[in-house]
Amino acid sequence: MTKEQSVELMTDKMAKFVAYVGKKLPDDVEAKLQELRQQETTPLATAIYDTMARNQKLAVDLNRPCCQDTGVLQFWVKCGVNFPLMGELEALLKEAVVRATFAAPLRHNSVETFDEVNTKRNVGKGTPTVFWDIVPDDDHCEIYTYMAGGGCTLPGKAMVLMPGMGYEGVTKFVLDQMTSYGLNACPPLLVGVGVATSVETAALLSKKALMRPLGSHNPNPRAAEMEKLLEDGINSIGLGPQGMSGKNSVMGVHIENTARHPSTIGVAVNVGCWSHRRGHVVFDKDLNATVTTHSGVQL
Amino acid sequence: MVEIRDGKKVLVTPVSAEDLADIKIGDIVYLDGDLMTCRDVAHRRLVEGGRELPYDIRNKAIFHAGPIVRPIQGQDDAYEMVSVGPTTSMRMEKFEYEFTQHTGVRVIVGKGGMGPNTERACKEFGAIHCVFPAGCAVVAATEVQRIAEHHWDELGMPETLWCCKVKEFGPLIVSIDANGDNLFEKNKVDFNKKKDAAIEEICKHVSFIK
Repeated sequence: MTKEQSVELMTDKMAKFVAYVGKKLPDDVEAKLQELRQQETTPLATAIYDTMARNQKLAVDLNRPCCQDTGVLQFWVKCGVNFPLMGELEALLKEAVVRATFAAPLRHNSVETFDEVNTKRNVGKGTPTVFWDIVPDDDHCEIYTYMAGGGCTLPGKAMVLMPGMGYEGVTKFVLDQMTSYGLNACPPLLVGVGVATSVETAALLSKKALMRPLGSHNPNPRAAEMEKLLEDGINSIGLGPQGMSGKNSVMGVHIENTARHPSTIGVAVNVGCWSHRRGHVVFDKDLNATVTTHSGVQL
Repeated sequence: MVEIRDGKKVLVTPVSAEDLADIKIGDIVYLDGDLMTCRDVAHRRLVEGGRELPYDIRNKAIFHAGPIVRPIQGQDDAYEMVSVGPTTSMRMEKFEYEFTQHTGVRVIVGKGGMGPNTERACKEFGAIHCVFPAGCAVVAATEVQRIAEHHWDELGMPETLWCCKVKEFGPLIVSIDANGDNLFEKNKVDFNKKKDAAIEEICKHVSFIK
């Protein structure tokens, strides 16, 4: 295969995957929604969950994006330094988004700032956004594709606490955001929390946390304990589906962390809506693709 | 007017203030007739820019939504509704009193709660705000029979005014009724009490800095 042919092949596979992720939720999210539905007893909460389930079936049957807000595309890339298309990746992901936009179709969600003009191609300056992790001595490329919709982007918040505010301050920061903005962001939510030094480090971690599979835990025992405490605590508020009250509020709480400056605690929260359209694919050096999030998908 | 069909309460445009009098927060209703998508920029143009809407929505419904549409092959200037779910209504809160006063809209459909401006508008002018289950955009699209007109296309696909004919569009959960009662605000009082209790409980276990 020439380089051009390789680029074309991977672009085509990513375009198909992006379009697919907009139509079908990952296996873990589907299972969690069913589990939460079973716990509801009120006519309002069950009616909402049943409409959600009907919607997901219709989306597959009619081959349409399940939510009209197909987001600004974000890609979380973990790339081996020996992966043959490392240098071409950002450009081909952009092209894949354009192709998916017209094939799926996806909504045109890129408005150039200051010019305030919709590009009508769903890509623009800096969009889609690509976040990089570089892996030494490796020739694979892992990609998380994520559709960050407007509704669940709005609750995003980051700030720097004084150490005296401690993890108690982190707790209050996260829970306050749930009852002010979270209830409008299409619960049951997946909540990502970043704990680090500054706003940008914490914010990046809080979004990255949303890529983790449901049911996974932070490897640090205290962080894992805090994930459980926050999950139980937010569930006890009972936001319910669509924030209209119910037994639960969230699909999970994921914390990602780094070391911090001794004088600060950077904290951030990001949420994913119930329609959590994240997909994960691994390419080997020959561009064979393995999808891990959606069973039965071949690219 | 209001029709009861298979146990469903269906609002049929044109809707009058009297049609809404018996509807309370938490009720589930459906809509037949005229529904126009209308969101951030259209509200701003009308309220701040003083521009008239190019489509009359008096006694009709609007939908805080930015859909995915596609051209219908072989037809001139015709579009199909592919996927259309509600967007966050709170973004339109600052405009909704004047918007309702000026346009005479009766049914506002969106996502999540709205605030005091919209409560006041619903009470004074006889209107309601309803929630369509968000993220259920294909269900909503299949309840759109056709797109009759479209205006302000220069705003791009999400912000264009897509004037739809809908049939049993719903479920619509009433979140603000024509009495000005607000389901989300009522729930919030309860949520905030439970939140304070949850914070207190969690803080007993997270004193990691010693």
